[in-house]
Amino acid sequence: MLIKRKEGQASRGSLVAGLAASGAERLDRRAFLRRSGLTAGGVAAIGSIGFGAVREAQANMPKPGKPVEVKTNMCTHCSVGCTVKAEVQEGVWVGQEPAWDSPINRGTHCAKGAASRELVKGERRLKYPMKLVNGEWQRISWDIAFDEISKKMLEIREKSGPESLWFLGSAKFTNEAAYLFRKFAAYWGTNNVDHQARICHSTTVAGVANTWGYGAQTNSYNDIRNAKTIIFMGSNAAEAHPVSMQHILTGKETNRANVIVLDPRMTRTAAHATEYVRFRSGTDIPIIWGMLYHIFKNGWEDKNFIAQRVYGMDLVRKEVEKWTPDEVERVTGVPGAQLEKVAKQFATEKPATFIWCMGATQHTIGTANVRAFCTLLLATGNVGGSGMGANIFRGHTNVQGATDLGLDVTTLPLYYGLDEAAWRHWARVWETDYQWFFDRFDKTTAPDGKVTSMINTPGIPSTRWFDAVMLPKEQVQQRDKLKGVFVMGHGGNTIPRMPDMVKGLEALDLLVVCDPHPTTYSHISGRKNGTYLLPICTNFEASGSRTASNRSIQWGEQVVDPIFESANDYWVMLKFAEKLGFARQMFKNIKMVKGKYGDEPEAESILREINRGGWSTGYCGQSPERIKAHMKHQDKFDIVTLRAPKDAPAEIAGDYYGLPWPCWGTPEYRHPGTHQLYNTNLHVKEGGGTFRARFGVEYEEPQADGSKKKINLLSEGSYSKDSEIKDGYPQFTYGMLKKLGWDKDLTENEKTVIEGIGGNAPDNVSWAIDLSGGIQRVALEHGCIPFGNGKARVNAWNLPDPVPVHREPIYTPRPELVAKYPTRPDVAAQFRVPNIGFTVQKNAVDKGIAKEFPIILSSGRLVEYEGGGEETRSNPWLAELQQDMFVEINPADAADRGIKDGGWVWVFGPEGGSKARVKALVTERVGKGVAWMPFHFGGWFQGVDQRGNYPKGTDPVVLGESVNTVTTYGYDPVTGMHEGKVTLCQIRAA
Amino acid sequence: MARMKFLCDADRCIECNACVTACKNEHEVPWGINRRRVVTINDGKPGERSVSMACMHCTDAPCASVCPVNCFYTTADAVVLHSKDLCIGCGYCFYACPFGAPQYPKTANFGSRGKMDKCTYCAGGPEVDGSQAELDKYGRNRLAEGKLPLCAEMCSTKALLAGDGDIIAQIYSQRVAKRGYGSGAWGWKVAYKETISL
Repeated sequence: MLIKRKEGQASRGSLVAGLAASGAERLDRRAFLRRSGLTAGGVAAIGSIGFGAVREAQANMPKPGKPVEVKTNMCTHCSVGCTVKAEVQEGVWVGQEPAWDSPINRGTHCAKGAASRELVKGERRLKYPMKLVNGEWQRISWDIAFDEISKKMLEIREKSGPESLWFLGSAKFTNEAAYLFRKFAAYWGTNNVDHQARICHSTTVAGVANTWGYGAQTNSYNDIRNAKTIIFMGSNAAEAHPVSMQHILTGKETNRANVIVLDPRMTRTAAHATEYVRFRSGTDIPIIWGMLYHIFKNGWEDKNFIAQRVYGMDLVRKEVEKWTPDEVERVTGVPGAQLEKVAKQFATEKPATFIWCMGATQHTIGTANVRAFCTLLLATGNVGGSGMGANIFRGHTNVQGATDLGLDVTTLPLYYGLDEAAWRHWARVWETDYQWFFDRFDKTTAPDGKVTSMINTPGIPSTRWFDAVMLPKEQVQQRDKLKGVFVMGHGGNTIPRMPDMVKGLEALDLLVVCDPHPTTYSHISGRKNGTYLLPICTNFEASGSRTASNRSIQWGEQVVDPIFESANDYWVMLKFAEKLGFARQMFKNIKMVKGKYGDEPEAESILREINRGGWSTGYCGQSPERIKAHMKHQDKFDIVTLRAPKDAPAEIAGDYYGLPWPCWGTPEYRHPGTHQLYNTNLHVKEGGGTFRARFGVEYEEPQADGSKKKINLLSEGSYSKDSEIKDGYPQFTYGMLKKLGWDKDLTENEKTVIEGIGGNAPDNVSWAIDLSGGIQRVALEHGCIPFGNGKARVNAWNLPDPVPVHREPIYTPRPELVAKYPTRPDVAAQFRVPNIGFTVQKNAVDKGIAKEFPIILSSGRLVEYEGGGEETRSNPWLAELQQDMFVEINPADAADRGIKDGGWVWVFGPEGGSKARVKALVTERVGKGVAWMPFHFGGWFQGVDQRGNYPKGTDPVVLGESVNTVTTYGYDPVTGMHEGKVTLCQIRAA
Repeated sequence: MARMKFLCDADRCIECNACVTACKNEHEVPWGINRRRVVTINDGKPGERSVSMACMHCTDAPCASVCPVNCFYTTADAVVLHSKDLCIGCGYCFYACPFGAPQYPKTANFGSRGKMDKCTYCAGGPEVDGSQAELDKYGRNRLAEGKLPLCAEMCSTKALLAGDGDIIAQIYSQRVAKRGYGSGAWGWKVAYKETISL
């Protein structure tokens, strides 16, 4: 049957020849890595396969003629939320098909999503529970693991108190697992529970929530299709959120939109921009104030919007006046004319949206940075409508959900905080006495004899845990130092100062790592005992919901049973709770179903409990049934508006895809979710809203003469469509309903619940703690939003630097600017440990560190890998594409040092003689005096290959130095975010 | 009959490599064999562009012209396939191919080559469509199931298009007309002896 149409002349092609010629003098990143060879240790023999076959016959390929079942889940990598369609045959995941119906990814994936299936083949997964015995890994049973670990946990509790065990959760959790883990810590009796949001967008959450109410992406990836001007600042979406680029590039093409990338590095996103602005790392605030300088000077601001909906812009004006084009150029390196052009486009070619990621957030001034971005959006009236807003791209598959559900040292689930009212709310939902929780926590006695409970005290963030192990006891503000660390789903190479972290690890009595992979924790330290690895399955092997960056919640079906001896998060938490003695209370209202190893908590049932308590953030309306209906009818949702038409099947008609929070009221109330936050052009029942009245009704602003001026914080003359209150209003309470005469609209049942909660003061019961949902329902029926109609504020008086001011990085390459723009003063206790950033900065300046370490070192993502990278570097389909850790260095800096492209170099950090051995990628992508490293590598430490330290057969395919071996001190004052984007280094040929 | 082609819109390609891993996933292509890859020019400089490349399934395919054992054939959909039973791993096709598509597994020391492997346009090989033998030698046969190559179907930005040449040319022309720029259909002149008039 061979049909050869005709003989043709062999033509040596022009294309490859052309490409080769144009790239001849400069290797691209792939060529560089290809050339670096396929020498990664542990790699399966290259292409050594049988006669004629493309591969060996495998159980993971479909067998012809056998039935195939299709399961729907989500990609477990970034926050875009791409649907994955899995073909399952005889219990094996054999193929992946495009999920055409998903309005988010429309069938597509990036390298990671398209390689999802490998996670569940998982040759390099952790296969059974293991423990370290005198430095050797031993296989143990789950029962022994639960027995031994819980015994040690209780010993620590006995000896040092509950606060000495520190819990680290995961942005890879489902919503249900994230919530359960937070609840677990509450029942254990500590607020020492954190997750990856600390190191990706904690500053966003704090900064944005303190500006207009909620700290989340205001719009969606899809909505960017409507934008006419798009700014990326500190975001490299082409590598970090590739599928978002489908919407963005389509929008760019359709609207002929301006795409402006501001970044110290000419990223792959910048390659698709209409304007690229290179600036010095860590000078975001001068850039934004520099733009506002032109905007105010030319009157391009939205005066009406500011007057009606913003408080504090006059204070910003005063700060902005200092940032003349000359000063901006002196500090940032950006010429005034370029910034004026960008400012004009952003302010006048509307709608305009501002996208940011970790380039902005991972700084000692991260919270201030994001508040400056919000200020720019507010000044130009670019919030609360289509094509506008703060499009904050979160990093992990469920980092939004895990943040929402309180894996955070400062709050219980859904941003209730840690005060008594918050605890009482959740105690009601959990049907456990408040006093019971109070008694579970340590008490501290102040010098004045006042006893306070740790129950209201924020815990230790993930960036600082090893300081709480290693610092002198008196510097750690809890009964004892940390003795045990319990990690679920979190890499160990994700935070700076790894040499210090290693010391912390070695000093712990107990280290428990629950993960599909052993992670950096398994190999990096010299621990000999007291270390456990528990195999958790991926989210493809469990069911549950996850919240994408745009607040849409999607339901993932279990694709196959957990492979090897791995188990899901729900069961593992249940077993520990049983051993620790609080399972009965904790799982009181959660249904059990038959799982791999017996009864396990049902994900649907956990979500229903979240719904029952999730009023503050509108997590109350997204029942499992509604979310599953959305997954079933994905094809009905519009790809721009994300809305299902009114004539769609009744269970989804009129809904926004994934019921993006807030989705008000009970599930039966059928609120459609909120696609665009704070959009006054829509009725609140259609997803409309106003800025949240979160900061009170009035503010007494201190004046220059020492007096105080009362300022109205409610919006003026602006309200959502068809609101019965045609002006600003505070948040709704039972008392406010009574004043308005709307309490008569409550049902008797709702009144009974409210009065039951309120006790002696039912009037104080607010929309956020009313478990009946009645207050929300009545407010919405009158066209009002439950959280009130306030002004956004650009003067966040309760935060350091209420109006953001520029502060030089701790390790700045411009020490001469430190006198004028110093970092914030030292603090004796911030999140229970000292923050001595000022001292560190001063020492660095005094010692002339910038002369010895003259190159700025920054870090970021590669498309093939994610996070700490253990999972993705274990996937050969991905690992083959990036086989070496590298540092990008400018040709001028390389020439000065005799460094060749592809050659080995040492990167030296300025603290403690830290160093990393990596390959050099000589490229103009980074400017002169700037180096950049990806943060996904691990397995090497200061030049030593630690492959042998992994349990046999679980070492990732590709290993390399972690950038965090050479990164340094520096923490945001509001959230404890580390400085991940600016430090200094020296580079020498190795 | 449709004339199947590939088209990569370099103004959309962000070098995310989904096409590469989708191919690995679909056909379990082993380490070291790359049926598809992404090439970037002007890496890190203004004008940086990426193109996803694989066998283009040329008109008058040069590989076929040089093959000493005549193992290539062109299907009715104009997909260029080959028989691994006939292939002797000589490597001539690699030198003839303008796109660097042919790949060879290393079967022993001293660099001897195994049977050539390349992009099949997700259309298998000479064996019966969807048979176990076809699956083992060439990977899955999507075309026989009425599906297009997975690399294009999963492309994150819909830069890589696959399908009837006339239809994808039309999609590309409309895109260029709408946005006002386009760097042309990469490789079309070489592969198909034609370009898309913009």
